[in-house]
Amino acid sequence: MARIRSETLKELLKRSLSTRSDELGCETCYEKLDQFVELELDGKDAAQALPMIKRHLELCSGCTEEYKALLIALKQFEADNPQP
Amino acid sequence: MKSSLAERTNQDWINSLRPAPSPEALEELRAILLRGLRASLASRVNGDLETLTEDFAQEALLKILNSLDTFRGESRFTTWAQKIAIHIALSELRRRRWRDVPLQTYTQSEDGEELASTLLTDPLPQPDRAAAQNELLKTVNSLIFEELTERQRTAMLAILQDGLPLSELAERMDTNPNALYKLLHDARQRLKQRLEEKTGLSAQELLGLFETQ
Repeated sequence: MARIRSETLKELLKRSLSTRSDELGCETCYEKLDQFVELELDGKDAAQALPMIKRHLELCSGCTEEYKALLIALKQFEADNPQP
Repeated sequence: MKSSLAERTNQDWINSLRPAPSPEALEELRAILLRGLRASLASRVNGDLETLTEDFAQEALLKILNSLDTFRGESRFTTWAQKIAIHIALSELRRRRWRDVPLQTYTQSEDGEELASTLLTDPLPQPDRAAAQNELLKTVNSLIFEELTERQRTAMLAILQDGLPLSELAERMDTNPNALYKLLHDARQRLKQRLEEKTGLSAQELLGLFETQ
């Protein structure tokens, strides 16, 4: 049996209070992730173009991990294939 | 001779991979996936990065060839392909890292001592605010046990306290990440609603109590 830490309660409280009825799930986030990351790499405002994806990323550590890894992979691709 | 990879359009890629993939396009794609995986996994893997990335790239290639119909052209083809490779790699790494960590059963925090310790690490100028925060944490502490189902509680705490990734937790709980996200969302929604009812304040007002000044 484990005890709940107060930091956990605080995080849970903040997340609960920030809950919105129209959040996206991981599947939809994954579908749009390539588009989101490209917008960002192209210097566009990805958060404004796809606000629901941005919000999901703020709440979901797994999707955020994949988002960050994809950014690294794409930067590598850009470095390997510089645009003229 | 096919155009070089930097010049390939999305349609070029699709045409060269379907119905039967051209060996040249397949090799180019594999090379792209490998470089991307090496770069993004370098800081995460201690062991044999080369073998690991080759396995992931191979699995990703199969997945990509089987999923060409789902590519909607909303990004460059190579970006979409790299997304699939990253997903495969990170899912597997998460599985390996967490497979031996058991799910916990939680008991209710005791009021008082433990909750008060948060406030000590979090100096607040106004004692009223501190008291209100403490009260709110106690309320949440009770609501977790009164309002959430056992399944919601276990999932929520496994993620927030133990740091289990959603995908890994979904597997343990015999569900999929999307359904689990929905379960957690319902739990948060329920807590939000009950907190507003109990305090007579809006979620925005309650959040304001925790904003740094």
